[in-house]
Amino acid sequence: MLNGLTSLVLSSGVEFHAPSISEFFPDIVLFEGTPFAMNRIMIIRMIMVTLLVVIFWLGTRNMKIVPGRFQALLEMGLDLVRVNIAEDLLGKKDGRRFLPILTTIFFLVLFLNITGIVPGFNIAGSSVIGIPLVLAVASYVTFIYAGLKKHPGAFLRNALFPPGVPKAFYIVVTPIELLSTFVLRPVTLTLRLLMNMIVGHLLLVLLFSATHFFFLGFGEWFGYVFGTGTLAFGIAFSLFEILVAVLQAYVFTLLTAVYLQLALAEEH
Amino acid sequence: MQHVLVWASAVAETEPVKNPLLPEIYDIVWSIVPFSIVLFFFWKVILPRMQETLDARAEKIEGGIAQAESAQKEAAEALEKYNQLLAEARAEASDIKEKARAEGAIILAELKDQASTDAAAITAKAHQTIEAERLAAIQSLRSEVGQLALDLAGRVIGDQVKDSKSSAAIVDRFLSDIEKNEKSK
Repeated sequence: MLNGLTSLVLSSGVEFHAPSISEFFPDIVLFEGTPFAMNRIMIIRMIMVTLLVVIFWLGTRNMKIVPGRFQALLEMGLDLVRVNIAEDLLGKKDGRRFLPILTTIFFLVLFLNITGIVPGFNIAGSSVIGIPLVLAVASYVTFIYAGLKKHPGAFLRNALFPPGVPKAFYIVVTPIELLSTFVLRPVTLTLRLLMNMIVGHLLLVLLFSATHFFFLGFGEWFGYVFGTGTLAFGIAFSLFEILVAVLQAYVFTLLTAVYLQLALAEEH
Repeated sequence: MQHVLVWASAVAETEPVKNPLLPEIYDIVWSIVPFSIVLFFFWKVILPRMQETLDARAEKIEGGIAQAESAQKEAAEALEKYNQLLAEARAEASDIKEKARAEGAIILAELKDQASTDAAAITAKAHQTIEAERLAAIQSLRSEVGQLALDLAGRVIGDQVKDSKSSAAIVDRFLSDIEKNEKSK
C-alpha cells in the first residue's frame, strides 16, 4: 500500500502540498523593493478596503428615515457596534466619542477576515501580522489616551498602584499590573486575531490539498473515501471560518471597548 | 514515504522560513493605509450620516408624539368650548322661553283688560242710546197722542177745542191718569 502511494504520486505527478508559513509571504508583485511593495495579500486588503468604502458609501448616500432593505442591513451592522458594544459598555456620551475607532476596527477586521473563505482570495487579509498589530496599537493608544485625558495623573497611578492594596503588596501587584495592562493587552489582541486567521487558513489548506491529493493523486476507493472525508471537513471548517471571522471582529472590538471602559471608569 | 520526506526537507531548504510574528515594512505600510482610510471614512462620512439619520428619526418620532399631544389638547379644548357654548345656548334658550311666557301672560292680561273695558264702554253707550231713543219716543208719542186725543175729542164734542193751553193741560192730566192707572194695576 505504501509502495502504491509513492508510485502513484510519482506517476500522476500529483504531490501532497503541505501548508507552510510561507503561505503568508507570497511573492511580491508590485513596487518590489519599496516600502509599498505589494503581494497578493496586500492587494486583497486594498480590494476589501475599496469594497467596504463603496458599500458603505452607496448604502448611506441617501439615507431614509424609513430604511430600505440595503440601508437596514448596513444600519444593523453599524448598530451592532454602536448599541451593543459602544453604548452598552461606554454609555451614550463616551460611546459616541469612541464610536469611529470601534466601528473602524470592527468592519476592517470583519472585511479582512472574511476573505479567508472568499473563493479566489482564499486567505484572510488579517492573517499577516501588520493588520492585527496596527489595530492593537490603535486600540492601545486609544485607551491610554482616554485614561490620561479623563484622569490626568491619576490614570497611571491607579493602573499601576491600585488603591486599597496594602503598600507592601505593590512589590508584587505593580509588575503584574504593568505587564497585564500595558504589555499583554496589545500582545493578546494581536496574537488572538493573527493566530486565528493563520490557523484557520492552514487548516483549510490542509483539508483541501489533502482532498486534492486523495482524489487526483490516490484514486481508488481508499482515496475517494478519505477524499470525501477531508472535503466534508473542509466545507464544514469553511463555514466555521465565517463564524470565526465575525467572532474575531466582534471580540477585537469588544475588548477595545472594555479597555476603554476600564480606562474611563471612576477611580475604584 | 521516503520520497515524501525528501521532498519536504527540500522545500524547507530552498525557502527560508519567515517568522510570522516579525512584520515586514510593506506589511505595516499596507496595514496603516487601510486603517487610516477606513477610520477617516467612518469618522467623517459614514457615522455623521448615520447620526443624522438617527437624529432625524428621533426628531420625527418625538415630533409625532408632540403633535399628537397638541392635537389631543386642542381637541379637548374644542370639546370644552363646545360644551360651554352648548350650556350657554341652553341657558339662553330657557331664559328666552321664560321671558316669552311672562310676556305672553302680560299680553293676555292686557288683552283681557282691554276687552272688558271695551265691553263695558260698548254696553254703556248702548244703554245711553237706548235711553235717548226712549226719551225721544216718549216725547214724540206724547205730542202725537195729545194731537190725536184733541182731534178725537173735537169730533166727539163737535166743537173745536180752541184753547190750546187748556187743551194741553187736559191732555197732560189725561196721560197722567193713564200712567197712574198703569202703575196701580
